Amino acid sequence: MNGPAAVGIVSLSGQVRIGGQALFPPIRLDLAPGRWTALLGDSGVGKSTLLRLIAGLPIDGCFDGRIDTPLPAALMAQDPGLLPWLTVRQNAALGSRLRGTRADADRLDDILTRTGLQDHAAKRPAQLSGGQRQRVALARTLMEDRPLVLLDEPFSALDMRMRLAMQDLAAELLGGRTVLMVTHDPAEAARLADHIALLTPAGLFPAETPDMPAPRPATDPQVMACQAALIARLLAREPA
Amino acid sequence: MKARQIPAAIPVAIGLLALWQGLILPPFLLPGPVAVVGALFSHRDVLASAALTTLAEILAGFALGAGLGAGLAVAMAYWPRLAAALRPVLLISQVIPIFALAPILTLWLGYGMAPKVAVTALICFFPVASAFLDGLQRSPPACLDLARTMGASAGREMWHIRIPMALPMLGSGLKLAAVYAPIGAVIGEWVGGSEGLGAVMIHANGRMRIDLTFAALTLVTLIALGFHGAVAWGVRRAFWRFS
Repeated sequence: MNGPAAVGIVSLSGQVRIGGQALFPPIRLDLAPGRWTALLGDSGVGKSTLLRLIAGLPIDGCFDGRIDTPLPAALMAQDPGLLPWLTVRQNAALGSRLRGTRADADRLDDILTRTGLQDHAAKRPAQLSGGQRQRVALARTLMEDRPLVLLDEPFSALDMRMRLAMQDLAAELLGGRTVLMVTHDPAEAARLADHIALLTPAGLFPAETPDMPAPRPATDPQVMACQAALIARLLAREPA
Repeated sequence: MKARQIPAAIPVAIGLLALWQGLILPPFLLPGPVAVVGALFSHRDVLASAALTTLAEILAGFALGAGLGAGLAVAMAYWPRLAAALRPVLLISQVIPIFALAPILTLWLGYGMAPKVAVTALICFFPVASAFLDGLQRSPPACLDLARTMGASAGREMWHIRIPMALPMLGSGLKLAAVYAPIGAVIGEWVGGSEGLGAVMIHANGRMRIDLTFAALTLVTLIALGFHGAVAWGVRRAFWRFS
């Protein structure tokens, strides 16, 4: 984890200050290529700030350190960010529209089918459920076809059943990409992550993941045990 | 106006008209509704031609002011430094009393239609520019983040996200400007020239023809209500998808 950043390895080291106050001591976050890394922590601890730094987006506060992101990133957040005047199909192809290029229609059809949206392609976001909107956001993320995918609490506004279904779908469709998933939900981290990093005001700490391939069943005893351990460490606030 | 509100609005309007008719004041001070309707009828040729002039000024001034206001809002949203520089100017355009400006505009632009259109445009400009700029500067952060990670240029981000997202706010500004536009046209007509309902009012007032003044005033009110209704309808039809 501490070697020099190899080609394709996304790495961030340093610290974030807001109004002169450091959010946490200097940390180092490496994303293993082709794996899911969950960045788990309480709200306001600075998880999304780290994600924004890796995405190259502006942050509140200033960052002191070094970011290596050799991979172009696609972003998927809690707010699906759909444009209400565009159809599902047009929203999924938003990247092409914003770059002034033509979307590959066959690939778009394929992705809409894989995300279960083929029957909704002509609808507008207002006609969709919350889960369907997140599926459009996932389709849009897949259309971007970037090796690095940044997920910022993408499923936390969904109910439990919908959340589990979306987690399975995302795990299936984003497999093979380098994924950073910011979440405050220990269950989500325990189900989906190959690596878990706990972010607290005391710093960034690695955590164990269940010894089985993701996505793991939510009710599996190993997953539940992992979740319990994560909760205990989050509650302790000094998880080292 | 929603359909439900009409039954309540009608008795209120009738009641106010009855109250007006019932007021015992000398007709040369306050003519009743019957006298005003009589004046409307007997001066219909003059009033109709004046109303057309005023309506033309309203339409031209509204289009000019709203167009300039919307264009400036986009420019200010696109170049934040321009926004910082022009904010005070925008405010000044609104705080200068329009009554003080109208005679100057007449001096510059003559007694024809131009100064009336200019006053109307000036009065329409601020609500449109201000509301649209607010909308353009409050694009949903989630969409802007997406646009940046997707590699959108600032121009494409403006055209595909920020402008459409701000159209409902532009609609609010246009509806507000539609209320002000007839005021601008009438003020312009009061100050100079012999055309339009404002000029009719001034002349009638000078000759103590208060019934004709009220008839012109009634027409201005009807034009204002109709214009606001038309703009509100147009805004609803054009922008409903964007809200």
